[in-house]
Amino acid sequence: MTTPTVFATSRPGREGVWPEAPKKPASEYIDQSLLRAKPAGLPSLSELDVVRHFTELSRKNFGVDGNFYPLGSCTMKYNPKFMERVASLPGFAGLHPVLPQLQGAGRLCQGALEVMHETERMLCEITGMAGFTLHPMAGAHGELTGAMIIAAYHKDKGRKRTKVLCPDSAHGTNPASAALAGFEVVNIASKDGMVDPEALRAAMSEDVAALMMTCPNTLGLFEEHLPEIVKICHEVDALLYYDGANLNAILGKMRVGDAGFDVVHLNLHKTFGTPHGGGGPGAGPVGVAERLTPFLPISRVIKLEDGLFSLDYDYPKSIGYVAPFYGNFGVLLKAFAYILRLGREGLVRVSENAVLAANYLRARIGQFLEVPYDRICMHEFVCTAAKLTEEDGVRALDIAKALLERGVHAPTIYFPLIVKECLMIEPTETENKETLDAFVDTLSDIVSLAEADPTSATEAPRNLPVTRLDETAAARNMVLTDDL
Amino acid sequence: MPYVPHTEAEVREMLAAIGVDSIEALFAAIKPTLRPKSFDLPPAKSEMAVTEHLERLAGRNAAGLVSFLGAGVYDHHIPSAVDAIVSRGEFATAYTPYQPEASQGTLQAIFEYQTAVTRLTGLPYANASVYDGGSALFEAMMMAVRATRRTRFVVSESVSPIYRIMLASYTSNLNLTFVTVPHASGATDVEALKAAIDTETAAVIVQNPNFFGAVGDFSELFAHAHGVKALGIVSVNPVMQSVLKTPGEMGADICVAEGQGLGLPMSFGGPYLGVMCASKELVRQMPGRMVGRTVDTKGRTGYVLTLQAREQHIRRQKATSNICSNQALCALRALVHLCLLGEEGLTRTAGLCIERAHYAAKRLTALPGVRLLSEAPFAHEFAVLLPKSAFEVIDKLTAQGYVPGFPLGRYYKGLENGLLVAVTEKRSLQDIGVMAELIGGAL
Repeated sequence: MTTPTVFATSRPGREGVWPEAPKKPASEYIDQSLLRAKPAGLPSLSELDVVRHFTELSRKNFGVDGNFYPLGSCTMKYNPKFMERVASLPGFAGLHPVLPQLQGAGRLCQGALEVMHETERMLCEITGMAGFTLHPMAGAHGELTGAMIIAAYHKDKGRKRTKVLCPDSAHGTNPASAALAGFEVVNIASKDGMVDPEALRAAMSEDVAALMMTCPNTLGLFEEHLPEIVKICHEVDALLYYDGANLNAILGKMRVGDAGFDVVHLNLHKTFGTPHGGGGPGAGPVGVAERLTPFLPISRVIKLEDGLFSLDYDYPKSIGYVAPFYGNFGVLLKAFAYILRLGREGLVRVSENAVLAANYLRARIGQFLEVPYDRICMHEFVCTAAKLTEEDGVRALDIAKALLERGVHAPTIYFPLIVKECLMIEPTETENKETLDAFVDTLSDIVSLAEADPTSATEAPRNLPVTRLDETAAARNMVLTDDL
Repeated sequence: MPYVPHTEAEVREMLAAIGVDSIEALFAAIKPTLRPKSFDLPPAKSEMAVTEHLERLAGRNAAGLVSFLGAGVYDHHIPSAVDAIVSRGEFATAYTPYQPEASQGTLQAIFEYQTAVTRLTGLPYANASVYDGGSALFEAMMMAVRATRRTRFVVSESVSPIYRIMLASYTSNLNLTFVTVPHASGATDVEALKAAIDTETAAVIVQNPNFFGAVGDFSELFAHAHGVKALGIVSVNPVMQSVLKTPGEMGADICVAEGQGLGLPMSFGGPYLGVMCASKELVRQMPGRMVGRTVDTKGRTGYVLTLQAREQHIRRQKATSNICSNQALCALRALVHLCLLGEEGLTRTAGLCIERAHYAAKRLTALPGVRLLSEAPFAHEFAVLLPKSAFEVIDKLTAQGYVPGFPLGRYYKGLENGLLVAVTEKRSLQDIGVMAELIGGAL
């Protein structure tokens, strides 16, 4: 079922949501030479045309609301609906961001400033960090901000630190963010699924600015050498960066600040229940240890002695602006509401049940698919289809597509890079046991069928709007708009 | 417990299947020395209680002021159908479309978004969005560094000072050089920019309309830059782009925009939308995701993420950018907004803003001692010089329920009396009249 584009179905003259017309055309006010020669070619559709079109498109998507979505490292938990309502309250949604920058106008947005101040304070308590900025607009943006803070810290100490270390199991954003901040990236080989202290020690030197870690790591394992790793880094004052992508595993069980991390970013769109939106917007607040607080981006929200909130720009060592204003405020609001709703006990239960669900799936799936690091995992685990690939030619990709055919979103596949034909499964705490059991049965059935009829396995999915797509042709032909 | 469905009996069954006797046993790897020193958070609250708390906080914000604030963020009408469509769970609760067969909705929408913004800007290629207009400008700079292998940038002072601070912050460890060319009484000084471009220059960066609202034509400037193999980068307003000369018509190589005006609420600064368009030569330098059209095994049309070898999940530290999550749902909002308004609706919106801004300028300049900062043509936003501090005038008017504009002295030394006034279709002629009278009374 192909849906024509909005440009193909456009009927010039058809009225959508039109405002009143100006009395005179723009050329009465601005010289024709400064105006565009031809209309842009935007579609002309009725409001119902638009609603039908996008409703039809929406039906071609899997989402958490309609499908189990065990996508590893992505924490596809349920996104509570009331959070959408609070974020769209006119007192927040209609607020212009420069208001607090006007003279004495902090009084015009005390509610919004309080939300930011309290969110920072609660994130500090959750992570054990001394200070937070809410400005980074996604996880990778938080990593970049963190890397900039790390650079500023060493520069302030008068040191030249050129390298950032990343384990080979790291998310691709870690090395990319470090590189974008101007660092040389050095990969550290894992040993038995963990950061190897010996390899780390060998790579450690006075040139190293930081080590970026994910803990639990991308295999879903808690880094058992963590205290030693912290020691090795801090001996030369290399900073420890915590990638918060996997924070959903440890709420109330470990605080990264207490454990010795110096910088952390959180993905509010993972751990704190804000929706992923088909790829964004997220929010990637960054927390730092006490000695790094002078370098946080400006502005910062402060609470004055009279109890009023205000923005403060007077931090001469700050790295500056990473966002035009105060980050993705609409997303921060949702996370703030989520934390208040769950409270202390609720947040602990999140991690306990996320880890419970992951281990339950690991124990059951391990009976028919190899789990290369088969021990207690945290909120996710990795299994491999390498045996199926070798014996029957059925790959992790084929299993993923077969799951789609049965209405389940696929796990993350081919990541981390250190496990062949891997499937990384993260069920989250919000899926009930029937869903988990049905998933195990479905996956087991797919594996059995793959062994019996390998050819059929490579043809999935057959019942979705499209079958497998020609990605090579897409890259070669580069048809990126309706006009090409 | 909210959002956690397991009953006690189910927890026991699951623990038995795992082979441990308690949930705590699952956390044995986290040794006692690593356990939290504190976890002092408030107790859980009901949905109603949290909602009421947030409603109270929302009530302590003066969102209802009659506002002429702009400075890059504009209060446009958002059709109701925008919210109705983007709040559908199939869009809102999906992840990045890495599994195309289960994500054709998101993928086709991004493809249509790419088409819409390329038509607005006149440049042939677009990506699926970055965070905001400022980070888009930074990414455009990095594209220019890679494409030209040069590190010197010529930037007009009339480019948003907020974005210029972002550029300086992001690049502080990258050994790039900025030459900032002063504005000419609010206008972009094309001759001075041309004079500042040399054979080491990677790109010249301008904004249209510029931060002061002035509209220009940068065809000559970009041609001059091309003469020394430098690129032309322009930051634009997507609503005004329905009527203004396009970056494509001017020969720009990269165009960026803050897409907030396309159906996104102001929301105290985000989430917004970084729009990026580029020429064909630069498409492989683009950061982030792009969607391409292709066919499935049965020959049917479908959409996929493409040219992914540029991206961090494949290329790691050699990627064109570190971006992963972008602003996908905001891009969807922009697309739906553009579809609902259509060619006629967006042109009318721009026309109405321009007309009312000119009315406002007429009313304000009729006040004694008030004059336009610049003689350059303007669109929906303009700057006036008051006979006294703009900060004081704004302060006085906010107490009366009006915000007459943005104080230019916030970012420009010497322009303490400068007031930047933005007018959207939501401000009536009467609003403008009252605002002008109040300013008259405050002078």
